[in-house]
Amino acid sequence: MTETFYEVLRRQGITRRSFLKFCSLTATSLGLGSAAAPRIAHALENKPRTPVLWLHGLECTCCSESFIRSAHPLTKDVVLSMLSLDYDDTLMAAAGHQAEAILDEVKKKYKGNYIVAVEGNPPLNEDGMFCIQGGRPFVEKLRETCADAKAIISWGACASYGCVQAAKPNPTRATPVHKVITDKPIINVPGCPPIAEVMTGVVTYMLTFDRIPELDRQGRPKMFYGQRIHDKCYRRGHFDAGQFAEAWDDEGARKGYCLYKMGCKGPTTYNACSSMRWNGGVSWPVQSGHGCIGCSEEGFWDKGSFYDRVTDIKAFGVEANADSIGKAAAGTVGAAIAAHAAVTALARARQKAGESASTSEEQKGEK
Amino acid sequence: MLSQQDMLEAERHGKQVRSIYVYEAPVRLWHWINALAMVVLAVTGYFIGLPLPTQPGEAATHFLMGYIRFAHFAAAYIFGIGLVGRIYWAFVGNHHAKQIFKLPITNPQWWSEVFFELRWYLFLEKYPKKYVGHNPMAQLMMFFFFTVLAVGMVFTGFALYSEGAGLGHWSDRLFGWVIPALGGSMQVHNLHRLGMWIMMTFALVHVYAAIREDIMSRQSLISTMISGWRMFKD
Repeated sequence: MTETFYEVLRRQGITRRSFLKFCSLTATSLGLGSAAAPRIAHALENKPRTPVLWLHGLECTCCSESFIRSAHPLTKDVVLSMLSLDYDDTLMAAAGHQAEAILDEVKKKYKGNYIVAVEGNPPLNEDGMFCIQGGRPFVEKLRETCADAKAIISWGACASYGCVQAAKPNPTRATPVHKVITDKPIINVPGCPPIAEVMTGVVTYMLTFDRIPELDRQGRPKMFYGQRIHDKCYRRGHFDAGQFAEAWDDEGARKGYCLYKMGCKGPTTYNACSSMRWNGGVSWPVQSGHGCIGCSEEGFWDKGSFYDRVTDIKAFGVEANADSIGKAAAGTVGAAIAAHAAVTALARARQKAGESASTSEEQKGEK
Repeated sequence: MLSQQDMLEAERHGKQVRSIYVYEAPVRLWHWINALAMVVLAVTGYFIGLPLPTQPGEAATHFLMGYIRFAHFAAAYIFGIGLVGRIYWAFVGNHHAKQIFKLPITNPQWWSEVFFELRWYLFLEKYPKKYVGHNPMAQLMMFFFFTVLAVGMVFTGFALYSEGAGLGHWSDRLFGWVIPALGGSMQVHNLHRLGMWIMMTFALVHVYAAIREDIMSRQSLISTMISGWRMFKD
């Protein structure tokens, strides 16, 4: 019989006091209030652990790197030692056939009752030959493993949107998970990588409430991706005041003014960086003086420069920004109007001259 | 709408009263409020994308971007609600009020007059035709560069507004879907800005054509949008 979380925690030498602390901190970070802490504790004490199969497609493992740095004192213990992480090729001790056998075992034993966490995405070109695992294309492994899953978590920009390997021209046709697996609930947790506490928060929520968190239109958990970086940015006051850094080394940059003019993508990026921050709340990109690059937004590699506010529009075969297109159009049309007005004036003058020469009766007759 | 009808109407009236009531009061009022809103939207929108030079002193003593954005959003509400009101008037107003919302594209006569107007603007026709409302060429331009574009600007604009207003706000429920549909927030910002440039370029053409026709076609245009009456000078 599978153990509960609490049993495993105690076996690992974690005190009940630390366990309860974790429960109340989790409740707080999920925005649930103090009443939820006992419910989380109850769930972790009573529910059998849900097995998680963590697959790696085309990716750089930055999601795993972020995940294992979850700064909360117990989260890394809970999720790595206590979460029934039955398969994760970068972390597991088993290798080769032994490792692959676990996938089949979990699939059979927990049919329809396990979670698949996918880091990276499958390339579809050349029948998926750009990513081979255990001697076969990753896309096949993904389809098979997801077939009996309860839900799928797409970790990071790769699994959610495609990220750098799907950037134009996308030679391997790297495809986000939700476009390959269409018949299962999928939670997108974008970011390159996502914030560690966001990752553990999503897993904890799913295990506690036995359901997937509320998602927005793009399949992201609303609790972490409901607001833009800009809306919670500590430099927002400078934005509203109209105080901007205009160069990386100017007075404004030193005073910590808004990085909007330096191309910060905070106003177009949905993530929790400005409220949760990174590395246990130590800092985050804007705090360290660089604008947000929008790594949790769809296709962020193809949305123009990281250092422009008005970026290039790469649509309709055009690669220019709105201002250069607009100024060219307005200039051309303005010149055409001036020329047209000049020709009109000339034609009118000539017509008037003609009118005075001929009799006015003729003119009226013509009309 | 059709030159022949309009000519008959114009001639019949022209001989007797030399003027026709074209634009009803709500249409005229909307036109000028809308024009003002567009100017405010274009100027403030330009400076939202590329802000003014940085403000000196403490942040607490300034609210420049805040005021610019407030003006933009306020004008956007006026523009959007005005457009809804104008669409309503297309249903209840006179037939001139419907012109910028539907094109008689199945009518070959209308198309031939579009080309007649094109020739007139290219100095290939000596005398202009007279119309009570828009000429067919103007109607075509109005439909695409104002009506369609304005709807697009309202959709993209309120979608962007919903990002600040938050999930569940009416603007999010009505227009929030636009952002993923067009490829993300940054892309919608860029397209919205491009829309501004297209609309401003069209405004140049619109103002020029109105002044020119007022002089050349011997019928009133600018004063018609103030009084509602089209005067024929011969």
